[in-house]
Amino acid sequence: MPLVRNGAAVQDPWTAVTTADQLDRSGPLLVTLDLWRAHRDRLAGRAGPLGLRLSSDQSPALVADDLDRFDLIALEFPKFTDGRAYSYARLLRERYGFTGEVRAVGHVLRDQIAFMLRCGFDALDLDDRAAAGWDAATTAFSAWYQPATDGQAPIPTRRRHAVPAARRRRRAAVAAGPAGNGAPTRPGRVGGLRRHLGLLIGRLRTTRPEPARHSERT
Amino acid sequence: MYRYDEFDRTFVTQRVEQFREQVARRVSGELSEDEFKPLRLTNGLYLQLHAYMLRVAIPYGTLSSRQLRRLAFIARRYDRGYGHFTTRQNIQFNWPTLGEVPDILEELAEVEMHAIQTSGNCIRNTTADATAGVAADEIADSRIYCELIRQWSTLHPEFSFLPRKFKVAVTGSGRDRAVTAAHDIGLRLKRDADGRVGFEVLVGGGQGRTPILAVTIREFLPERHLLSYLEAVLRVYNQLGRRDNIYKARIKILVRETGTAEFARLVEEEWAHIRDGELALPEQEIARIRAYFAPPPYEALADACPELDAQRAGNRAFDAWVRSNVEAHKRPGYAVATVSLKPHGGIPGDASADQMEAVADLADAFGFSEIRVTYKQNLLLPDLRQRDLFAVWRGLKEAGLATANSHRLSDIIACPGLDYCNLANARSIPIAQMISTRFADLEREQEIGNVTVNISGCINACAHHHVANIGILGVDKKGKEFYQVTLGGAADETAAIGDIVGPAFDEDAIVGAVETVVDVYLAERRDAAEPFIDTYRRIGIKPFKEKLYAAR
Repeated sequence: MPLVRNGAAVQDPWTAVTTADQLDRSGPLLVTLDLWRAHRDRLAGRAGPLGLRLSSDQSPALVADDLDRFDLIALEFPKFTDGRAYSYARLLRERYGFTGEVRAVGHVLRDQIAFMLRCGFDALDLDDRAAAGWDAATTAFSAWYQPATDGQAPIPTRRRHAVPAARRRRRAAVAAGPAGNGAPTRPGRVGGLRRHLGLLIGRLRTTRPEPARHSERT
Repeated sequence: MYRYDEFDRTFVTQRVEQFREQVARRVSGELSEDEFKPLRLTNGLYLQLHAYMLRVAIPYGTLSSRQLRRLAFIARRYDRGYGHFTTRQNIQFNWPTLGEVPDILEELAEVEMHAIQTSGNCIRNTTADATAGVAADEIADSRIYCELIRQWSTLHPEFSFLPRKFKVAVTGSGRDRAVTAAHDIGLRLKRDADGRVGFEVLVGGGQGRTPILAVTIREFLPERHLLSYLEAVLRVYNQLGRRDNIYKARIKILVRETGTAEFARLVEEEWAHIRDGELALPEQEIARIRAYFAPPPYEALADACPELDAQRAGNRAFDAWVRSNVEAHKRPGYAVATVSLKPHGGIPGDASADQMEAVADLADAFGFSEIRVTYKQNLLLPDLRQRDLFAVWRGLKEAGLATANSHRLSDIIACPGLDYCNLANARSIPIAQMISTRFADLEREQEIGNVTVNISGCINACAHHHVANIGILGVDKKGKEFYQVTLGGAADETAAIGDIVGPAFDEDAIVGAVETVVDVYLAERRDAAEPFIDTYRRIGIKPFKEKLYAAR
């Protein structure tokens, strides 16, 4: 099972432990909620990195006050159809401002990768087959409708910043210079600057596409 | 109507390509059926008794003539020449092959349609009053908000693996024609004292084996907060909804087990964190969507239409159709007409490719090219001049679509039942056919007046039998089909769950039982102006029970 981050399989330095006699191990240690609760003082004072694994019925709200002690929160998918951890991941990022690693573990399939990344997971425990599909899974859609945790502008925001096709054509004509002057057109500094300015202006303006005329509706 | 821009077009096209690739992985064996199932379901693809069934979304029931023609084309090319319209304003094709489904989705994408989230444990196609934008009694146009919800809910990364399916309905009128009380979330548009638009928010309605009516958790939600509030409700449900038992996984169970007040508190607490975030709807975004639903170029007409009066006086059949199938329009001189997909003895909700094309032609000729799909599995032409009604009726008659039975007893809602569905215990369609044949006399139907009869082939209640005035539920008793009758349900603003009348009837007795119920009503009603449901509420179940089981 490769651990995949940003599309690349990476070494997993974490040791997952489930019993108290394993807590003395050195290096990054991934503990369960039960272990954390039972050995909190001992673990909090530990030198090495500490991670917490939460099952799908354990909300990060249970450890909201302790989150700055953890470098990793691993959220479990007992079955890929159990979608609770999508909410947990968003809460970790958006509500609690958790900046460490949020890892998806358990039954994690290729067709969930895009949703997981959008909800704030940044490391996924995938099988080889799913890992091989990473690129296809993350490029299937160029934009999404709703704001999430991935920092990408959702479609409604892109629309407000989009330059309508008519204006794009006008701008292209301007950049190409007066028609018929014989000068070869090449992408130059001025054109690039103009494009850049145009984009900026596009961002500042709220544009509204013309609603369809009724005679044309389909 | 809403029109796709380049973002919508790109998105739907990419969705088709994604599914094509998923189908290829299934065919190659890379995906197991268990892994593939949620993927196909969120693209509307079910595995039924005999074949796959593809459910295509008709967002809030609005269709252009071009889209309806494309559905006709799909019916002819990929199905057996017909489609089946559902209570959730979708259309189902019963015989596609798996390999062809990506092609069908591509055909749909070309006319700005899709099958996204018409099934699966996600937010389903949002439904609305079929007369949105034209109803005389409308407070605000629900289509605007349905489109906002459609976009927000489409492949929502957090809510694509919910405990169970999730249905939202919006009504824009005090007369609830979207059955909001029977939905996971029901939104009722209203205006506050200053005339600002907002919603009464209901949650936790649903049917199935545990019918529950939704409860109000917020009296007034300003329109600006629509999406953030929905996100809060869904986030609470996604985390707390039961996942250990499929029959207890709907939000209605969570609301009931948590208590309305506590559930509302949880939602408000979550909402407080996100209400002014990125989901807050700027006025210009609402205006941008509203512009798509601008009224068509109506003519200034007088409300009186002497031509129509003369045509009605000269043709009894036409007059009967106008009385049952034509409703008031908010513009003078215009009317809304229901296209009945309930011919006596026919299959409720089915339309042939030829019929779909006939309706599309009539919409082009007389109705600004627009068609609606109704909760009652009929079609509707929302923008007709009153003086064109006679021509429209003649066109419909020619296509076998002019049955004058809208809201009447034979306007039956029926699920596909055991003829198609692998969940069903009993057949629904043949029972609907027998009942509508028995009540085929138009004079008699008119005499009986408005009454709802819904037939479900199993307890999943796809035909909403719980909220029918006369509900019929197919059950299996030792391998034999029986039919249980409920009375007094209602799907409108006075929503109610029907009462079980007693032991079930077998196939030979069920039509007679309906007739007995009707006879009791006719004998007991105060006058012809008292509809069935009012009489039932006045006299209760006892007189019906006595007559139904007198011989036993």
